[in-house]
Amino acid sequence: MTEIPEHLRKRAEAARAKAEAAGGDDAPATDAGAEAPTGGDQAAPAEAATGGDDRIPAHLLERSQAAGGGTAVATAPAPEAPTASTSGPDGHTQRLLTVVKSGSIQDVKATPQDKVHTWPHLLLIEFIAALAILAFLLVFSVFVNAPLLELANPNQTPNPSKAPWYFLGLQEMLTMFHPMIAGVTVPTMGMLGLMMAPYIDRNPSQKPEDRKFAISLFTMFLMGAAVLTIIGSFFRGPGQNFVFPWIDGIFFDL
Amino acid sequence: MANTMEKSKGPLAKTGESLQGSQVWSSIFRPGSIFRKGYTDSPRNRSYVVMNSVLYHLHPVKVKRHAVKVSYTLCLGGLSFFLFILLTVTGIFLMFFYRPTAAQAWNDIEALHTSVTFGLLVRNMHRWAAHLMVLSVFLHMARVFYHGAYKPPREFNWVIGVVLLMLTLLLSFTGYLLPWDQLALWAVTVGTNMGGFTPVFGSQVKFALLGGASIGTETLLRWYVLHVLLLPFVIVIFMAIHFWRVRKDGGISGPL
Repeated sequence: MTEIPEHLRKRAEAARAKAEAAGGDDAPATDAGAEAPTGGDQAAPAEAATGGDDRIPAHLLERSQAAGGGTAVATAPAPEAPTASTSGPDGHTQRLLTVVKSGSIQDVKATPQDKVHTWPHLLLIEFIAALAILAFLLVFSVFVNAPLLELANPNQTPNPSKAPWYFLGLQEMLTMFHPMIAGVTVPTMGMLGLMMAPYIDRNPSQKPEDRKFAISLFTMFLMGAAVLTIIGSFFRGPGQNFVFPWIDGIFFDL
Repeated sequence: MANTMEKSKGPLAKTGESLQGSQVWSSIFRPGSIFRKGYTDSPRNRSYVVMNSVLYHLHPVKVKRHAVKVSYTLCLGGLSFFLFILLTVTGIFLMFFYRPTAAQAWNDIEALHTSVTFGLLVRNMHRWAAHLMVLSVFLHMARVFYHGAYKPPREFNWVIGVVLLMLTLLLSFTGYLLPWDQLALWAVTVGTNMGGFTPVFGSQVKFALLGGASIGTETLLRWYVLHVLLLPFVIVIFMAIHFWRVRKDGGISGPL
């Protein structure tokens, strides 16, 4: 809607570079345009013109300045818009005919968004990320084999017996609490709590400085889970006794 | 592709050109496709690349400029999805060489290592990708939380995301049993024993998980079906809703 098509932007950039190369003094309009980087598109020369063009009647100029800059039809601030030059891409110049106050004809309520094409900008990144992870997995898999221990034997319990690593935080809690607490209640409450997070946290702000409580709570949850998982993975040996991995070795399989 | 062909006008290039001009080719690649003859980079074609392909189910034609910053998303959601695809592909390969019975499972994995071309490599990739997916889904959740991206209008998509996390854990856990080695058997014993402490229905839960009183062939078959059919089926449905909601809720969140 209010975004600048990329080809127009490029064309305008090229035109401006050309005008600058030709010499600053024979293109005063370009200078005026450069002073006003916040124009929307071709229809926003009002601000630009206030910079250098004295053909504007004084009362109009005042009125436009009093309106706080948002006087043109295109009220949208689009920082990347270099087309706010009074000299167009093909060298045409535009003259200010009238000043239309913002909101007098149409009032755009939607805030303009700076957008880019999914192709190539996003798809290229996704493609590279996928290739990188694929390459990493391939190389890792060439050098590190997945474990395959001896055939399952229900009569021979290995010591220690450990759950998969993502459950080792829970298994670690088994050493402290009753299994009904550690194995069922805590994970159920945890998952329910996570699910209800958006309905409990009524704070509308997304800014980290407004969300100190939520962020500290979640960080404590993450840190707690990480610490329990690491202890359960590397610091528990035979009989679920506490061991130091650098002394007693690692009792952990992925 | 077309450009490199035009530079060297060998017989191969000519065949390529006539192939690209053929009806078959242009029926496969819709207008705007980068594989079509004479593709040029223009805003219209940039839109067509997405709009005229199956990608349109995943992505809009345009996205917010900040959404393509790798430092914002760290690609974690997309990578989780990519790992899921990778796991599906490698998993289908493994299914050709695996029978889910207590008598055959371990031997099949052993044979996969020793007598199937790339068998060991594909199994390694499947296993490491599975661990990585658990990690990336978890980190994706953390990233979304720290950006406050679960706030309205995205509350329900967060709930779906938590369901997806649980399904990912279940998929990984059901796959853990399948090699039928000591690691698998006892890890699952520990896990199902924990489930047995569910209040009120503890023993029923454990019975349903094991398909019997203790871990055996029935458990293996049950977890195999869960792993290769039921859970992937369910997670695909939830992923479809998840991705659809990302777009319906106005694309990814932010900037902060």
